[in-house]
Amino acid sequence: MNIIVCVSQVPDTTTRINVAASGLSMDPAGVKFILNPYDEFAVEEALRLRDKHKGEVTVVSVGNDTTKETIRQALAMGADKGILIKGDRIDSFQVADMLAAAIKPLNADLILLGKQSIDFDGMEMAPMLSELLELPAATVVVGLTIDGSTATAEKEVEGGREVISLTMPCIIAAQKGLNDPRYPSLPNIMKAKQKPIQEVAGVPAAARTTIVGMTKPDKKRANHLVKTDGNPTAAAHELARLLHEEAKVI
Amino acid sequence: MNILIYLEDRNGQIRKPSLEAIGAAQALGGNVSAALIGADLGALTEQAKTLSVSAIYTASDSRLANYSSRATGRALAEIAKNANADVILVGATGRGKDLAPRVAIRLEAGYVPDVTTFSNEGGEIIATHPVYAGKAQVTVKVSTAKKVYSTRPNLWKAPKDAAASAPSVQSVAVSFADSDFAEQTKELILSQGKLDVAEADIIVSGGRGMRGPENWTLIENLAQAFGAATGASRAVVDAGWRPHSEQVGQTGKTVSPTLYVAVGISGAVQHLAGMSSAKTIVAINKDENAPIFSIVDYGLVGDAFEVLPALTAEINKLRGH
Repeated sequence: MNIIVCVSQVPDTTTRINVAASGLSMDPAGVKFILNPYDEFAVEEALRLRDKHKGEVTVVSVGNDTTKETIRQALAMGADKGILIKGDRIDSFQVADMLAAAIKPLNADLILLGKQSIDFDGMEMAPMLSELLELPAATVVVGLTIDGSTATAEKEVEGGREVISLTMPCIIAAQKGLNDPRYPSLPNIMKAKQKPIQEVAGVPAAARTTIVGMTKPDKKRANHLVKTDGNPTAAAHELARLLHEEAKVI
Repeated sequence: MNILIYLEDRNGQIRKPSLEAIGAAQALGGNVSAALIGADLGALTEQAKTLSVSAIYTASDSRLANYSSRATGRALAEIAKNANADVILVGATGRGKDLAPRVAIRLEAGYVPDVTTFSNEGGEIIATHPVYAGKAQVTVKVSTAKKVYSTRPNLWKAPKDAAASAPSVQSVAVSFADSDFAEQTKELILSQGKLDVAEADIIVSGGRGMRGPENWTLIENLAQAFGAATGASRAVVDAGWRPHSEQVGQTGKTVSPTLYVAVGISGAVQHLAGMSSAKTIVAINKDENAPIFSIVDYGLVGDAFEVLPALTAEINKLRGH
């Protein structure tokens, strides 16, 4: 099975975001970048499927030289090779377009990726790739089985789950719960350094959206603290009163 | 400006986030029409006739009894062309976030996901959407003539039904390809009676301070008193106390309810990111120095095990239960 996993590099979840001097993007100073957590589920699923059905796992990412570290992380988990698409991009469409162009000639049986990148959180990549590559896709997937040329995906929806069948090749966007991603072992981290990462030049299409500003939320909160002082009932009464009379939310 | 709204349905009802998108469209100003896509649209069309829209476009096919993303994407793009829509709005539900980017690709339109505010500056639409799970937000302009947005649930008011608007109904013929149905929904398993955190108006979340999953009845009872959904911190989801579908935060759900109540949650950066856009935030925690208290409107410093039963009783009293 020829499996492609699309990954992205994102700031660590513990990062406090500061806006760069341009006022248009995040200030990368002092920020630790990691493999997008949802992509880890995609890589893990790819490795398990490869071990079961034989084949190869190729990790693809759009970015620059620093993105190689993220590809290496997936290689250290056990992926076979990487492709770095070098290209400037300012919107998701450009990323999807460059990914689709690079993936198309690879004759993938399965394309895996995280349901969203935890930077811009758009959840756009899988549906965009689905349209650009004209392949069926399932997003927010927490269960996957492959049987011949059919994939069956269990997908999380509001208040429940959907079972979806897809003809392969297809695209699967992973949600937390799909599996437990492995930690790269030290020997595998060493081995990953020898694995090939092919660099290709991405040709960005015209962007369709422009960011005109980035700001941090500035909502002021009342910060009214009630203390129990040994009388939880009175404190609960006071909190309920504040919610009812002051905040008027009940 | 012609604005087209996708009306999402479940169990024979048009869903609230779609109605809220009509509210967003009215705030933008323009001619608002709506699209219904499915197998048998008779009853839904009757429901849609009571909405404040000027026209209803329908596309039906027996193969669309369940949502099929590529086919629905094709149908909505066709309707948008028929309606001469400049702007397409989709409620940012699970389905909406799958559908909207597809329509954008098909129409070669720019797309902004999960919009929280719109402004119309001299005919130019400026949208904001949260990034880094709400740790920041970006303001975005779409540079293409056609524009697609998904609107975050709970932020716009659904307009009152307008019995007098009498929208026209127009059926649009769509030529589907067989490959549009290469993905098929076989089954929908709903957890009965459970409100989802992503769409709930009020959320009561529990964290490690609850000490164990066996104590969740305290959270559930308070949630029931409020008519709220239950949420959870990453720590308790990772510990297996609660399902991931309840997780609020950067690797869970980003929510914007009217009221968010955090119980026994200390307030890690990644949790705060997921809920900081709630209108009113309440925290209950034993530790007065817990980071969560720095972003609350109201806090109660005390033992959740003592406070929750009393608070549940108070809320029940106020809500006349």
